[in-house]
Amino acid sequence: MASPLDQFVIKPIIPLGKIGASEIAFTNASLFMMLVVGAIGLFFMAATSQRALVPGRMQAFAEMLYEFVANTLKSAAGKEGMQFFPLVFSLFLFVLTANFMGMIPGAFTVTSHIIVTFALAMLVFLTVIGVGFAKHGTHFLGLFVPGGAPGWLVPFLVVIEVISFLSRPISLSMRLFANMLAGHIALKVFAGFVVSLGALGVGGILGATLPLGMIVALTALEFLVAFLQAYVFTILTCVYLNDALHPGH
Amino acid sequence: MATPQKTGTEVPGGGNAGPGFPPFKTETFASQLLWLAIFFGLLYWLVSKVFAPRLTEVIEGRASRIARDLEEAAAAKVKAEEAGAAYEKSLAEAKAKAQAIAQARRDEVNKASEARRKSLESDLATRLAAAEAQIADTKTKAMANVEGIAADAASAIVQRLGGTAPSRGDLDAALKAALKA
Repeated sequence: MASPLDQFVIKPIIPLGKIGASEIAFTNASLFMMLVVGAIGLFFMAATSQRALVPGRMQAFAEMLYEFVANTLKSAAGKEGMQFFPLVFSLFLFVLTANFMGMIPGAFTVTSHIIVTFALAMLVFLTVIGVGFAKHGTHFLGLFVPGGAPGWLVPFLVVIEVISFLSRPISLSMRLFANMLAGHIALKVFAGFVVSLGALGVGGILGATLPLGMIVALTALEFLVAFLQAYVFTILTCVYLNDALHPGH
Repeated sequence: MATPQKTGTEVPGGGNAGPGFPPFKTETFASQLLWLAIFFGLLYWLVSKVFAPRLTEVIEGRASRIARDLEEAAAAKVKAEEAGAAYEKSLAEAKAKAQAIAQARRDEVNKASEARRKSLESDLATRLAAAEAQIADTKTKAMANVEGIAADAASAIVQRLGGTAPSRGDLDAALKAALKA
């Protein structure tokens, strides 16, 4: 029987060559990245083509997504935060669509690979550092010095702040990756139970209803997690970007 | 993990992926990063150049349109209130004017009827006086006639009783005394 990990295996579709030990190929992961971006692109192309004063269904949904992300960004990073809107909106749409597309049976979940989530988290992290230094110069380092602490405590606090700052891309990427990975593994494990119990005859089929019920419940939970993790990724991105804009504590 | 080996403890993955935990297979990282950069870059370009500007335009256009409409409505309301106040004012003025006209007319009519009543009264008074004078006149005339008739009657009675007619002077004196009584 197929292993619960099979769904995460990367299979080349069009091999393109090798760089050292790394194989460069258009893989199933690449295909789903393309489908994710294609779906977002097609939807927004159609939804924003009319630019109607009174929106239709698609435009209303696109506007709802826009305002949801814009409000999240404004409440976390203020009005100046809107300069990062394209980045935050792209991240939200990409993660949300990848998570939901992964819920289609047989589909590949792009965000279940640590390298993908880590790359997205590093993009945020480097943007924060780059913008922080570009905007505030060395004042950006004030981020690591909490105000109002007694003098002898400052070195310890700076060490703690630096460690917490550096662990941000790791926690940001691990949270998304682990949630998607664990959810999909749990679904496949319970699905495996259904199949192996079902093979045992009438009693087994009756027993298999239990894991089947679990799958139904877990699927509902996974839809919630798919949205929630995209939202968490987005809101943390907004909070980190706020540090780049307002490094003072 | 860079060298795929079948250890036997792990379930083999599908295809040419080899054993191991797929998300930690470092040899797939370069390819993943390349395609992620390509597709996420494309998405970022689409969002920043096409979708976000379009949505901003629509939403801000709508907000400004609503603000403008609200402003227009407020201005129209002020205008309507002004018109209402002007109407109230002209209505009050017209009412006052109408009342003044009615009062003047009423006074005029009162005066005219008063004058007519007065002339009528004086006319009646003169007529009454004339009538009274005529009555008095007629009465004296009648009285004179009564004296004449009484004298004739008395003379006739005395002649019947006495056989002789009294003298004119006696008769008159007797009559005067009787009438006075």
